[in-house]
Amino acid sequence: MSEMNEGGPAQPRAIVVGHGEFAGGLVSAVGQICGMADKLVVLSMMGMTPEGIEEMIREQVARTGVQVIFTDLPAGSATTAARRIVKDDPRLVLVSGVNLATLLDFVFNNAVPPTEAARTAAERGKASLIVVGR
Amino acid sequence: MAIQLYRIDDRLIHGQVVVGWGQPLNIRFLVLVDDMVAGSDWEKDLYRMAVPPEMEIIFNDVQTAIREHARYASDPRPGLLLTGDIESMYRLVKGVKAIGSVNLGGIHHRAGRSEKLRYIFLTPAEENELREIEAAGVEVTAQDVPSSRAVPLPEVLQGAAR
Repeated sequence: MSEMNEGGPAQPRAIVVGHGEFAGGLVSAVGQICGMADKLVVLSMMGMTPEGIEEMIREQVARTGVQVIFTDLPAGSATTAARRIVKDDPRLVLVSGVNLATLLDFVFNNAVPPTEAARTAAERGKASLIVVGR
Repeated sequence: MAIQLYRIDDRLIHGQVVVGWGQPLNIRFLVLVDDMVAGSDWEKDLYRMAVPPEMEIIFNDVQTAIREHARYASDPRPGLLLTGDIESMYRLVKGVKAIGSVNLGGIHHRAGRSEKLRYIFLTPAEENELREIEAAGVEVTAQDVPSSRAVPLPEVLQGAAR
């Protein structure tokens, strides 16, 4: 299930954080579809203060060195916390409103830096929303 | 319509506020009462971007909110007033004297606070402020989302509903 990198687990390329079990569920789906769940760090913010959420994300950015943060809802606490972190570190990119199509495009795109892959993936995610029927 | 909900929530604008309460109450304006946010253009931009286009957001410090409250209360649109801490709501209640109920939506764990509900943690000083708010004739209940039960303050303080 995990993509291996020179005999070890893949280096994470992004953090996914959201309400409830959103991040875990989404990353689990990535793993089921393409086996690259270990490119993504799952964070849950249940029961945490705004400061706690921000601290948790900052710690994971420092620990993993990732430069991309995906969050679920533009109005969410995780997005607010991530925006504060991105303000302090202009190397980082935040994508809010992440969906499965976005993450799949992101994990497959190794040809460009993660921040650039995130921008491309966001466009793919937007385009994946379709309405069928009247 | 006036203000439909007076809420204390340390996350300020987030999913439960904008979607969880905002949708069923058809909220059309939000009054965010916070001295620090009201004094920072960056903080205001941060929260403005979290609000959907159909909702107006107004930023006030506590003193301005007290002064402008009558105007918000007579607004024909349904509104929601939000503070990030108990102290700001306490000052507002004392200054306005026209608030009927206060919703505890989220006050999370910090040093010195003890758990009362899954989403409510209080210091002894905060417990006293809430008792004083209720003693002023304001109904205080804890309810994170509309579908959950509104827990009366005495039950919250006992920690019985944990």
